Amino acid sequence: MTVLPTELEVVEKSAPPATAGGAPGGRSLRALVRDPGAALAGGYILLIVLMALFAPLIVRLSGWGPYEFDQQAIDPDLAGVPLGGWGGAGADHWFGVEPGSGRDIFARIVYGARVSMLIALSATALTTLLGVVLGMLAGYFGGRVDWVISRVMDFLMAFPALIFMIAILSALPAGNRSVMLVVVISLFGWPYLARVVRGQTMSLAQREFVEAARASGAGSATIVFREILPNLRSTIIVLTTLAVPGYIGTEAGLSFLGVGVVPPTPSWGQMIASSVNWYSVVPSYFAIPGAFLFLLVLSFTVLGDRLRAFLDPGGLR
Amino acid sequence: MARYLLARLSGVVLILVLVCLFTFTVFFVLSPDPAVQICGKNCNPELIERIRGNLGLDEPLFTQFTTFLGGLFAGRAYGTGEGAVECAAPCLGYSFQSSQPVWEMITERLPVTVTVAVGAAVLWLLAGVVGGLVGALRQGTWWDRGAMVIALSGLSIPNYVFALVLQYVLVVELEWLPFPQAVTLADDPALWFQSYLMPWIVLAFAYASVYARLTRANVIDTLEENFVRTARAKGLPRGQVIRRHALRPALTPVATIFGMDFAGLLGGALITEKVFGINGVGKMTADAIGRNDQPVIMGVTLLAAAFVVVGNVVVDLVYTALDPRVRLTVA
Repeated sequence: MTVLPTELEVVEKSAPPATAGGAPGGRSLRALVRDPGAALAGGYILLIVLMALFAPLIVRLSGWGPYEFDQQAIDPDLAGVPLGGWGGAGADHWFGVEPGSGRDIFARIVYGARVSMLIALSATALTTLLGVVLGMLAGYFGGRVDWVISRVMDFLMAFPALIFMIAILSALPAGNRSVMLVVVISLFGWPYLARVVRGQTMSLAQREFVEAARASGAGSATIVFREILPNLRSTIIVLTTLAVPGYIGTEAGLSFLGVGVVPPTPSWGQMIASSVNWYSVVPSYFAIPGAFLFLLVLSFTVLGDRLRAFLDPGGLR
Repeated sequence: MARYLLARLSGVVLILVLVCLFTFTVFFVLSPDPAVQICGKNCNPELIERIRGNLGLDEPLFTQFTTFLGGLFAGRAYGTGEGAVECAAPCLGYSFQSSQPVWEMITERLPVTVTVAVGAAVLWLLAGVVGGLVGALRQGTWWDRGAMVIALSGLSIPNYVFALVLQYVLVVELEWLPFPQAVTLADDPALWFQSYLMPWIVLAFAYASVYARLTRANVIDTLEENFVRTARAKGLPRGQVIRRHALRPALTPVATIFGMDFAGLLGGALITEKVFGINGVGKMTADAIGRNDQPVIMGVTLLAAAFVVVGNVVVDLVYTALDPRVRLTVA
């Protein structure tokens, strides 16, 4: 599967080694852009990221903020059903308004993207850090270090993570929910990356170039970070891309169940949760955040799948 | 075999104790004082002290933990003397909300959850394995692409969104199905089936997608193995090669994750049960979260973990029967 990098390449670090056929990053990137599925997925992710970044500007353009109540848009005689068809969508409220409160759904989607992306990306960053460092430690040093880290991984992976996350989140005193979500998601997420990193580190540590580095007097830290880590690059890229949709879904699911982001902060999962009581009257209230969420998760999954096909790091199946 | 079982069982006990320790830490050490929450509205410091005494919260943490463990396996008593309450094993405490024993609440609702899990499992195994086989054996055709696109959407759609879409389309718009109702199979088989159909589909869709992708990848890999080439070289027809040689090794990993997934589901399908209003362990937990009913959440956490741990052992035992290459060893 993997191609042995020659000593020269390792010394020069010119080409990223250990990818199938030694494909340089540039070529797979170009092939990736030409793939329609990957391009569409990447485009949608970019759109959501831009939306999250420029949320205040976009909301100024659309006219309504995420916390503003528009009593004119809902019918007080019908328990607050939005006036007009399609959940009150029109020139004033692009995606309609929330039944009951009259808050602008477009603005809440835009700000919700901020929350979802921030939590999912932070959780990804933290899991990657934990997974790579602990996985490399276990794989490189082996022995007792490996035993301890592996047992912790087994323990964390053997359990229904969702219910454990709920248990922790519901028991902890209220605080900064977003930070807690990131920590809890990462706590249960890192073993999946660490397991693969551990395996690949173990095989990389046997390679000639590591031996050469050791023979030339490099310390453990230098070998791990300068010799082994660069070889894990494609594995890490693929696995993190595939992990993001899971974290987006988990955040939305936890918010849906009421242990995630606290109202009035908008989050897509929480919007869908509050739409449950209205779904038969105002279907657009669950359909809009549902569609945004579905497409985001789908896009990351498609992108991760395609990246895997192009970079093809060994041992991922 | 006996030695293996013994080693395995002691491992299970160790993990279960660790789970208990973890759960105990989360609910009794990290969380705010449970006594305050039980105390409720008409509360005064004296009452809180009495509740703390009754629950044993004034004792050292280690004693509390051993009492907690003892309660799980042998039962325990809350309080002393006249007002003592006997809590039979497995004692998971009492709901803050209804004051019912948590164990009783769980056992009452477990049959519903088992019904949801079994029905969904049948559906997802069928759909997943068939979809994966079609994808692998007709690789690159429209059949393959179609199956994989469906699997990709199944992976990506959050189950509560799918549940709401399904309920809106089938129940509200088309009126093909009634709203799910709490009936038993014996009372009204038709309505029972219709009530459980949507939860089954919603749960099965997500799992079937994973299984279809896994089955497809495994079958493709297995067909490239040497023993399959040998079988083919002997001149066996393709169908026989697949049925007699390739299928079993390709499906063994599927059996492994099936055991874990199914066991995990027995702890309750929180979101699906909640959306459809199916009164199982999952909905009870989801409701308990809303009311911050910690003993219930704790009980379900322990239950789910126990199911998964036991499921793991069962999977390992079945694995040796399925795959002759695997030998049980005492690690």
